[in-house]
Amino acid sequence: MRVNVTVNGAPMTADDVWPGESLLYVLRERLGLPGAKNACEQGECGSCTVYLDGLPVCACLVAAGQAEGREVLTVEGLASGEELDPVQEAFVECGAVQCGFCTPGLIVQAHSLIAGHDGVPADAEIREHLAGNLCRCTGYEKILDAVRLAARRKAGS
Amino acid sequence: MHEFRYERPATVAEAIRAVAHDPEADFLAGGTTEVDLMKDGVFHPDLLVDITRLPLRGVRRDGTMLQVGALTTMEELASDRTLMERAPFVVEALLRGASVQLRNMATIGGNLLQRTRCRYFRDPAVPACNKREPGSGCEAVNSVARMHAILGASPACIALHASDLAVALVALDAVVHIQSEEGERLVPLTQFYLMPGETPDRENVLRHGELITAVDIPLPPEGTRSIYLKIRDRASYEFALASAAIAVIMDGPVIKEARVAMGGVGTIPWRGFEAEEVLREAPATPDTFRSAADGTIRDPFIVPGTAFKVELAKRTLIRALTEVTS
Repeated sequence: MRVNVTVNGAPMTADDVWPGESLLYVLRERLGLPGAKNACEQGECGSCTVYLDGLPVCACLVAAGQAEGREVLTVEGLASGEELDPVQEAFVECGAVQCGFCTPGLIVQAHSLIAGHDGVPADAEIREHLAGNLCRCTGYEKILDAVRLAARRKAGS
Repeated sequence: MHEFRYERPATVAEAIRAVAHDPEADFLAGGTTEVDLMKDGVFHPDLLVDITRLPLRGVRRDGTMLQVGALTTMEELASDRTLMERAPFVVEALLRGASVQLRNMATIGGNLLQRTRCRYFRDPAVPACNKREPGSGCEAVNSVARMHAILGASPACIALHASDLAVALVALDAVVHIQSEEGERLVPLTQFYLMPGETPDRENVLRHGELITAVDIPLPPEGTRSIYLKIRDRASYEFALASAAIAVIMDGPVIKEARVAMGGVGTIPWRGFEAEEVLREAPATPDTFRSAADGTIRDPFIVPGTAFKVELAKRTLIRALTEVTS
């Protein structure tokens, strides 16, 4: 089947999509966007987190047909040209990246927290919001630092 | 994954017709359970009927009741202001039930129909599972079990019902709207789920081709206090070892009215009618709470790995009652 989807602002079309393919597979293997990662494939690890119509979801559990006509924003769409999104910058500055496999999902999920928040979220709120994103390297402390930094900068303090 | 066809009908009637006329067809809503189980080879429909764009979404206040469209997402229902004010324990159950990403896709109808997390059910390489292959036996009873049921369980099946939301909703006597080609029927959630008995593959009263279109949540009277206490292996994003959903109306130190349900212990979301009887018109004391707990966790069916749940479940209920009445 054919799947039409707007990805990072641009209309895209994937042909010969098998109904059993996930949105993640379509993004990575058919549309050339390998940012979202394929790890657990069960919605447990959050590595495949993308925005679907403005809300973060696990792309591995979205059937390709469900994405038809909808808007997707992936980690590739967060930066403007060479200029990183403030969340990406904060991850770099804080050393919140080690092996990097969970990073795209965490960046998108952290982005969704900060986008919906005027101030700096409490640690408990950050932890709860990122609960569906697993990282096996960092122990999360540097990730929390990065989220706090990005939130502080956005709040202007 | 098994080959299948995908359709996206434009109306509820067409969707129901498409599934009703194909014994191997299934509805697809948020997909967070279904797509997962299709990847694992547990589900193998030959036709998936995508209902996600049907007009069954949204929360509507109707007097003392909230009518929730079956395709409302968990996150949407969790942010409903009336629910937050009048029955915050339902919101707590929703927020403790899944990660943000899953709550944005998972629907209320789908949540009620989510399948067990029993690892033997979810692994087709395990031959014995009466739920997956009727008559094949139960590997969980004979092997390692922990996240399993102690109430409503039997040698044929100890699979746990994993929903948090359903626990709070059985406490409130929610009602499920079920649509078929013949028309609509209403089923109280307390009568919706079936004990495994000898047919663990039949989990609820839905017949093939029937679709949940809405759930009515009766709002408890103003002044009701409620709690959803979930005990689990880690602080977030984990299924319950034991959970308690409680709503009470207090008159000073006396409990006037109580609703009790438990999760993490039953093959179905477990309504504690015995506990409610003990609590009604009783003083909010440790003795009352212990009697309520003993009345709820009666005649458990345990295997070595689940024996710890008997006392854990009682303590969970006692702690929840202590917190909500103080």
